[in-house]
Amino acid sequence: MGPFDWCGDTYNGRKNSPGRVVYVDVLTVDGLSVDFVTSEGRTRAVDTVSFSVPENRTVALVGESGSGKTVISQAIMGLLPQKAEITGGRMLFNDMAGGTAVDIAALNRKGEEMRAIRGNRIAIIFQEPMTSLSPLHTIGDQIGEAAELHRSVNAAEARELTREMLRLVRFPDPARALNSYPFELSGGLRQRAMIAMAMICHPALLIADEPTTALDVTIQAEILKLIKDVQSELSMSVLLITHDFGVVANMADEVVVIYHGQIMEKGPADALFANPQHAYLKALLNAVPRIGMEPGERLVPIRPIEPHAEGFLAGGRSNGVAKGAPLVRLEHVSKTFLTRKGGLLGSRAHELLALDDINLTVRRGECLGLVGESGSGKTTTAKAILRAIDIDGGKIHYDTGAGPMDVAGLRGPALLDYRKRVQLIFQDPFSSLNPRMTVNDILLEPLIIHEVGTPAERAERVRELMRLVGLDPRFLRRYPHSFSGGQRQRIGIARALALNPEFILCDEPTSALDVSVQAQILNLLKDLKSELGLTYLFVSHNLAVVDYIADRVAVMCRGRVVEIGETRSVVQEPLHPYTRALLRSVPEPDLDAPLDFAALDEQRASEPSLWPEPFRLTDGTVPVLVEMRPGHFVCAPGASATRPEPAREAIL
Amino acid sequence: MLYYILRRVVTMIPTLLVISFLTFIIIELPAGDYISNQIAALKAAGESSSVAKLEFLRAEFALDRPFLERYLIWVGLWPGPHGFDGLLQGNWGWSFEYEKPVAEVIGPTLPMTIILNMATILFVYVVSFPIGIYSATRQYSWGDYGFTFIGYIGLATPNFLLGLIMLYLANRWFGLSIGGLMDPQYIGQPMSVDKMLSILAHLIVPTIVIGTAGTAAMIRRLRANLLDELHRQYVTTARAKGMREARLLLKYPLRMALNPFIADIGNLIPSLVSGSVIVSVVLNLPTVGPVLLNALQSQDQFLAGFILLFVAILTLIGMLVSDLLLAVLDPRIRLGGRAVS
Repeated sequence: MGPFDWCGDTYNGRKNSPGRVVYVDVLTVDGLSVDFVTSEGRTRAVDTVSFSVPENRTVALVGESGSGKTVISQAIMGLLPQKAEITGGRMLFNDMAGGTAVDIAALNRKGEEMRAIRGNRIAIIFQEPMTSLSPLHTIGDQIGEAAELHRSVNAAEARELTREMLRLVRFPDPARALNSYPFELSGGLRQRAMIAMAMICHPALLIADEPTTALDVTIQAEILKLIKDVQSELSMSVLLITHDFGVVANMADEVVVIYHGQIMEKGPADALFANPQHAYLKALLNAVPRIGMEPGERLVPIRPIEPHAEGFLAGGRSNGVAKGAPLVRLEHVSKTFLTRKGGLLGSRAHELLALDDINLTVRRGECLGLVGESGSGKTTTAKAILRAIDIDGGKIHYDTGAGPMDVAGLRGPALLDYRKRVQLIFQDPFSSLNPRMTVNDILLEPLIIHEVGTPAERAERVRELMRLVGLDPRFLRRYPHSFSGGQRQRIGIARALALNPEFILCDEPTSALDVSVQAQILNLLKDLKSELGLTYLFVSHNLAVVDYIADRVAVMCRGRVVEIGETRSVVQEPLHPYTRALLRSVPEPDLDAPLDFAALDEQRASEPSLWPEPFRLTDGTVPVLVEMRPGHFVCAPGASATRPEPAREAIL
Repeated sequence: MLYYILRRVVTMIPTLLVISFLTFIIIELPAGDYISNQIAALKAAGESSSVAKLEFLRAEFALDRPFLERYLIWVGLWPGPHGFDGLLQGNWGWSFEYEKPVAEVIGPTLPMTIILNMATILFVYVVSFPIGIYSATRQYSWGDYGFTFIGYIGLATPNFLLGLIMLYLANRWFGLSIGGLMDPQYIGQPMSVDKMLSILAHLIVPTIVIGTAGTAAMIRRLRANLLDELHRQYVTTARAKGMREARLLLKYPLRMALNPFIADIGNLIPSLVSGSVIVSVVLNLPTVGPVLLNALQSQDQFLAGFILLFVAILTLIGMLVSDLLLAVLDPRIRLGGRAVS
């Protein structure tokens, strides 16, 4: 296999097309197989995988979780866990700077040679910026360390290089950042620090393992832009590992699709997006929610499930509130958190405004999407409705059919009844199920707490719940660890439905899941809503997901609702600058709609005091919502002054 | 920081008062006191000549006063028979058993106690750290299993039994005298090189005996802590930089695993004095432990009360020291407030 023969057999004939620039391969993976050896036997995680990364280009390795994409990155870095074993194949690393190609697969993982390559010529950035850095050492120390290890510089020179690197990754104040600790930085800045650490030795190849999955869309766009900029500045190759086709479309020159450790399809990005060949890739592309899907268009999950409502669940809970009438109403809700600040001289209390004069209405039978960056107050709002936290000001009214009642005033049996009606689906399916309880116990618990039915009836209900979310009732005796992420989330949904609620708060229920599983869960939630007559408050930072599932959308920023209206109206004709910025930074799985990276260089859109008039908000300004179009409200305090009648009444 | 330390020290005062009160209650819980017990014993024996002297002592030490008054006199907040003369004034009280002031009873044993327990703590750390690190990094290897096995034996064997066996062996093989912290001929002699050597030789057995259980427990804890840290993402990050395994281990995971041990210093300091009572009795070591045990048995209340209070003060100081050390060593605690949420 020659260095120019980068493509395998699935790629049909394009390599000889005229005018195509030919790149030298930095990395050639050839027939790589990795086995995991456990006490139960051997499992093959990567099966004869071949691909290559050309110089100066970006190759995306796409697949679901468990497909083996991370194992490949670990193999290249020589970071495979103890129980993993390379059983075949070569990984030729052809370093442009230094002579001949090395077969990484043949090197001792802990040996001198591998260490000289690792972190020096091949560097990696990880998914979780929160845990990838040691909390006890300064950023400067951790970044400079790589330079000291490989570039034979002393501590002072390493510090200088680090400062230079931090400037390159656009730290606001590089000199100060040197001495700051990771926990003092936001997720986006930590990821920048990780990139600086990876870049400091000017590697020939950068492996980015889901570098933006844990970040907000706006930060994601910034990080992607940063990786592109640094790539062109230092002329290196990037192996991008991701499951997000939006990211792939914006970053990749070439795409490798992997499924169960085997390569399904590979080729240039344009060819793959225009004409996907393999059924798996087609299915994967069909499962991605896109902004501006046709009304009524359904995602096609790879493994669809059919919910079956029967027995006690059929028809849902009867409620006197008519469809479309307000079910939950938030009026001027505010919440302040006190964070203790431990300075050098004792501690001071610091106020953090989490919710500022929130006015929201959820109508019965609808799905209201709540969108915003992390820290915008979306989850706080959901928790306030659930009465998991107490609010400082304003009122939350809930209508059970006997007129609106104040949620904060509920006591005793009335509160217990409220708890039955309102349920929550959590974000993380891994930590929200007790690992010491069987699925049966998990689903029975709400019934026991609320003393519903006889033991026989309860057992029947639990089986119904399992069928409802498309799980086999025979799994009831298993523990959560034996289920996949998507199955666990379905158990979480079943638990939320156990008491036959009417209003469900979904707190980012799909953000921890793969696209294919996400489509499955979204469809399940949609079907359940129509079958059981549920009402949803759907919290998410993913606009495409909200666009798919929600009837109306409320956009939140820094504890305020900045825009609210019908989903189509908000998504297609956003009025507020923050909503616009948010929509601009969503990477579309479409090569014809690339992110406008240049626009990102403008001022930070999430700073309310920098918004143009009439949207500008300073401390103390009441965030007044103005009806700019029918049913479409925008937070514009400047505009409300000119209009004598703020159209607030309409939503309240 | 200065303000923080000052505040911590000031809040220690009420805590100390409460502790001293509780200590006093507990000591006075058994019926009677040392002197009334003596009087009863003398009367039963038909001797009444010295009863008058004991009655005088009772009044002298204010034992005939009401409970609260007795407490306040002991602390030095209430005028006793000789005016304000309590702990606050530097009078540590009188030991009936030894018929000496408490300071003179405790004085000679304190340095020995501290030397012995320092040696023990040093032994625990020096032995358990390398073994703990080895066990964690080579989990489920033969070495790990071997150390785990030895550790469980160390935890399970009664200390005094181990002590007796080791004393016997040390006597048979090296000719060390049984019991005590030095050869009998040096007791009461001024310090000399030979006496020092004798003390050092006698320290070995008690140090190992007192330290085994602690070492075994420490190995297990360090292993567990380190194992938790070893699989963290930041360790992989460091490895991905191309660091050597040994340096990486010391710089990142070990540093993180240390926190619980620093927090533990607060408990170590009081155990410098009060730990290892049984072993000290069995091995006949001249430390505070046996004195305390004896004082509690004979209701020698001022002696017992002072020792208990002293240990409590050491605990508070220990907590302060470990809190300050944690703040110095862990930026998250030091700068926690500056964090961006």
